[in-house]
Amino acid sequence: MSTRRTPPGGDPMSTRRTLATARRVLRQLGHDPRTVALMLGIPLVLITLLYWAFHATPQTFDHIGPALLGVFPLIVMFLVTSIATLRERTSGTLERLLSMPLHKAELILGYALAFGLLAVVQAALCTGLAVGLLHLSLAGSTWLLLLVAVLDALLGTALGLFVSAFAASEFQAVQFMPAVIFPQLLLCGLFVPRGAMPSALSYASDVLPMSYAVDAMTRVTLEASVTGALARDLVVLAGCALLVLALGSATLRRRTP
Amino acid sequence: MNSAPPAVHAAGLTVQRGARTVLKGLDFAVPRGQVTGLLGPSGCGKSTLLRALVGAQAKVTGQLDVLGHPAGHPALRSRVGYVTQAPSVYADLTVSQNLDYFATVLSPGASRADRRSTVRRVLAEVDLTAHADQLVSRLSGGQRSRASLAVALLGTPELLVLDEPTVGLDPVLRRELWQLFHRLAAEGTTLLVSSHVMDEAERCDRLLLMRDGQLLADDTPDALRASTRADTVEDAFLHLVDPSAPRQEATR
Repeated sequence: MSTRRTPPGGDPMSTRRTLATARRVLRQLGHDPRTVALMLGIPLVLITLLYWAFHATPQTFDHIGPALLGVFPLIVMFLVTSIATLRERTSGTLERLLSMPLHKAELILGYALAFGLLAVVQAALCTGLAVGLLHLSLAGSTWLLLLVAVLDALLGTALGLFVSAFAASEFQAVQFMPAVIFPQLLLCGLFVPRGAMPSALSYASDVLPMSYAVDAMTRVTLEASVTGALARDLVVLAGCALLVLALGSATLRRRTP
Repeated sequence: MNSAPPAVHAAGLTVQRGARTVLKGLDFAVPRGQVTGLLGPSGCGKSTLLRALVGAQAKVTGQLDVLGHPAGHPALRSRVGYVTQAPSVYADLTVSQNLDYFATVLSPGASRADRRSTVRRVLAEVDLTAHADQLVSRLSGGQRSRASLAVALLGTPELLVLDEPTVGLDPVLRRELWQLFHRLAAEGTTLLVSSHVMDEAERCDRLLLMRDGQLLADDTPDALRASTRADTVEDAFLHLVDPSAPRQEATR
């Protein structure tokens, strides 16, 4: 149908439209400092709380800390994106944008760019706190850790964009968090090592993307060099994010009933 | 009269929404460079017709050509401006931030200076210059719909499709907007404006009267009043809906 890159008579893809969209999303957040403060502050509070709770057994914090560094960007960006795109759908701005010469990819990349940027800030703060103040051991490079955090955030953005298509209200949208995120959280290896689960659950955990987000984060903190396993995790994460973004893009319809 | 092909041409235009046939085989044309009013009661299918025109409506059958292309053709996206009934601007951005974003989407190649002057122009056209740096969420309902209208004026489109643009505006502002519509038409823009307020019909060059998914009339206001022997378009509408009743009224 109309999914060609440059439709006849239409405009070619434009980086400026993508950048303008990212800037617009960031400007919207800029007018909502409380949301930004919550997005960046709550993970810090939770990490500190966890450190405090496991004060007697620092090795437990060393185990759970990295997993949380992978989980926070995913969950936060999932929530923000699902609500932001739902608002875009219900306020009529999406319909307006799609009646203009804007490619769906430009819109989605714009969102991904804005939230990816925010994820970098969030990950930098969390890592700074966990490694700098709370003595979490980080064997690998900080850059690699930021890369994993951004991929996790992109996966969260992609999932949020996708589920927003199935929510008719904010009430429904927030219910997708327990539906989509919690099962992944339970099976990602945070509570029970993935190998120690009943085999059916272990297989389920193999196909859920958050498992790779947590694995990748754990490997970066434990291993000084980039191993094949880490590379595989990164590829799986990026692949999942792209796949879900493509699915989410298919839910942005120019014609609606 | 006008030898140029019409801006919009529909033949057997039908739209299905769920189990309901909302538009039932409409035939009409919208001439270029004029203000055409689409009038009818709420729920008669006006918005669906406009959505079909801009390519936002699914399940459209029959023929619907806009500026020489089938409705919804990608080439039309920069040539048709569309304003929905509910203001579709970002409530958590200022008016000028909204306009700046949509201006970039419409012409990403334009320089920053060009974009600024375009934004200034449309702000003046909808009389929002004084509110440019206010958040849309802090604006009144009428100001919000004008902000939404301003977005549609950004690209100087050849066809402007406006869904109830004057609802909730004070009379002075309403008159100013209609003056703007006629000025745009004089400059060559084609306007299709929907309304459920019949007194706005008198301000249009041409009228499409609609009821229950069907067209009752496609004529100028004068011709319509003459043919129905009515004083106002509202009376003409009543006559067309129920030919016996208004005539008795008129002969009484």
